Amino acid sequence: MNWKRFGFIALIIVILFGAVVLVGSVRQEPILIIASMLASTITVATPLTLGALSGIYCERSGVVNIGIEGMMLTAAFFGWLGSIYMNSIFGFDKMPSLIIGVLVAILSSVLMALLHAILSITYKVDQIIGGTVINILALGVTGFLNRQLFFEKGSIFGGNVPHAPGTLPIVHIPAQEAVSAICGWTGNSENCQLVAKAVGQVFDQQPITIAAILLVIVTHFVLFKTRWGLRTRSVGEHPRAADTVGINVIFMRYANVLIGGVMAGLGGAYFTLESVPSFEPGMTNGRGFISLAAMIFGNWTPFGAWAASLVFGAAQALQINMQLYRESIPAQWAFLQSSYVVGMVPYILTMLILTGIIGKTISPAADGQPYEK
Amino acid sequence: MLVYVLGFLGAVLLGTLAIVFFAVLAGKGKGTGQKSVIPPSAGSPLPTPSSAPTRYTFKSIIFSAVDSLLVPLLAVLTAILLGGIVIAVVGGDPFAAYKGLIQGAFGSAKALSETGVWATPYIFAGLAVAVAFKGGLFNIGAEGQLALGAVVAALIGYALPGWLGFDLPAIIHIPLAIGLGALMGALWAAIPGFLKAYTGGHEVINTIMMNYIALNITSFLMNGPMKDPSPTNVIARTPAIAESARIAPLFEGFRVHWGFILALLVAVLIWLLLQKTTFGFEIRMVGSNPDAAKYAGINVKRTIVLTMALSGLLAGLAGAIEVTALNYRHELGFSMGYGFDAIAIALLGKTNPFGVVIAAILFGAMRNGATRMQFLTMIPVDVISIIQALILLFVAADAIIRYIYRIKARGERVTLTRGWGG
Repeated sequence: MNWKRFGFIALIIVILFGAVVLVGSVRQEPILIIASMLASTITVATPLTLGALSGIYCERSGVVNIGIEGMMLTAAFFGWLGSIYMNSIFGFDKMPSLIIGVLVAILSSVLMALLHAILSITYKVDQIIGGTVINILALGVTGFLNRQLFFEKGSIFGGNVPHAPGTLPIVHIPAQEAVSAICGWTGNSENCQLVAKAVGQVFDQQPITIAAILLVIVTHFVLFKTRWGLRTRSVGEHPRAADTVGINVIFMRYANVLIGGVMAGLGGAYFTLESVPSFEPGMTNGRGFISLAAMIFGNWTPFGAWAASLVFGAAQALQINMQLYRESIPAQWAFLQSSYVVGMVPYILTMLILTGIIGKTISPAADGQPYEK
Repeated sequence: MLVYVLGFLGAVLLGTLAIVFFAVLAGKGKGTGQKSVIPPSAGSPLPTPSSAPTRYTFKSIIFSAVDSLLVPLLAVLTAILLGGIVIAVVGGDPFAAYKGLIQGAFGSAKALSETGVWATPYIFAGLAVAVAFKGGLFNIGAEGQLALGAVVAALIGYALPGWLGFDLPAIIHIPLAIGLGALMGALWAAIPGFLKAYTGGHEVINTIMMNYIALNITSFLMNGPMKDPSPTNVIARTPAIAESARIAPLFEGFRVHWGFILALLVAVLIWLLLQKTTFGFEIRMVGSNPDAAKYAGINVKRTIVLTMALSGLLAGLAGAIEVTALNYRHELGFSMGYGFDAIAIALLGKTNPFGVVIAAILFGAMRNGATRMQFLTMIPVDVISIIQALILLFVAADAIIRYIYRIKARGERVTLTRGWGG
């Protein structure tokens, strides 16, 4: 990651935030708009960040994974299913069922990752085809079970979706209290209290979002400061050399793809256990692919990928917040009122970024190549 | 009566195609330099030297044909078997389900006609993905190209007479609608092709992104400027196209239309293009070894753009035919899932145009029969998606199939894509 790229990311985020502030400032304090944008940017970037981390583990060890989308979808469905089962059949309380839901989500995604590992490492299937298999299989399995369990005559829940236990609660970080305490010492102005409110809004996040940010730091540490990370990277750059010095290439690749599965599973859990308490077929809606773009744009580094995820998050936050202020959009910009037009922004951004206008990215040298002894 | 003729002709046609497919595959490895199925991937040892030309007897052709069809066939069978297990696990009766499936797909003249209706866009879209694979490109964007092709065909279909102020004869209106729809698909696909050739942006991500952009564009158009203004309409769809833009059904009272015949013709044309023309040779050359192609004087970048455009043209054609021959309008969401199905079809057909036709008819039959299966046995149609994913899995990882059934490998493998670097 170089400063040019971070500058570009900052610029785009400022433009996206500025657009909303420009439109919404007649109805709302700018600082509160910025806080709201920032909060939703961090929130919606969560699955992208986790997806990108999943991609980093896989590709740093030399396995291309375009099946992240499918892994997330699988995790979203089974996590949701698990939490419902725990809650309405086994009678667990809300929190235990949600936690078990997250674990089930991770487990299901790891199983998908295992399939990808078997296909691409053991059977040396073209890895992009392998990923496509995962994506189609996930669509089929989740769509089939969703309809079989909840909507058809054979439904075990009597033909409708049972009540889901809800979403993971917000973890309260006392940032607002801290800032307003500082305000208290410095004269307690009204503006200062406004800032405190805004800061509180940004810091009130749900657990998976917080975990994602922590995992970015952990992944950076693991990849670049530990023996495991060095081995992972060597396997992805030059497997034969790694093999020569005694590193088990196949094992390292399997392990990293499975770790990637854990990340994608947590990202999938975000959809049904943190964002909304329900499942829709195909609800990941391309987030897995965008996270791949984030990973590439971040040059296969955790912090870079996180920054890129935030750009996409900001584009999505623009779409969400623009809807709040759509009446304030000036007449000559009326087409922006359509959520479809604003909805294209992240995808167009992805393509622009991939053209390499802000510098070339370098993928791990052995990315996508099966290793044969 | 006509129906039996149709059924008979269909059977003959399928049989012929299968034989041609056999023969074409059997011709592979003859040492003629047509190495389109040899993996271009780095790291593998030197390709097996094409030794002295082998004499091909009838027996050896049949043997190698059986061998190359065996794996896809066993892949399909294994996937169906596993699908049956899935059905049984969720408490259904797999035999009843598959009986319903076969009835729904082939059980009556109407069922056959509907299978043809389903197969038509699959043939076009499957060919689209297959052509891209031949050129070493992975087009996941068939869905978006198809949707935009359909939108343009619908627009030309309902709005052009109004713009011109007079009615067009069908002989001009139909080709115009189809042609411009296909062109739209070609242009849409040429963009990721261009990005791949000149900036290195990987086509897998770009075509997927363009699917979502296309979805947003069509949603915007269907809900806004192009929405059917008739007072009873509440859904996102265009007005019906003019009579003069409609392709007739093949037989009175059945929905299968001339688009199906066109699809078969186009498959033959694509085969000719790929095997018998310079451009086709360039596509295959770039697909199997871009460096060698460059060295041989082929304009690789231009070929990549044109391959994607051709691929998009076929996908756009699929959408345009659906509008002009079947639905007579474009409705939001009708094209969902065609893109992924097309990938599975192209792979199952081993990227061979005739193989694609057979795979498309198989997939069309499954999709069509699934509706009856769901009606009879309450097994959701989505089970077909699982079976298709399994087919794709086994075709892609033919080592699994070869292991299960103890079939020896023949060193023939379709390698299609490379990592992010290419």
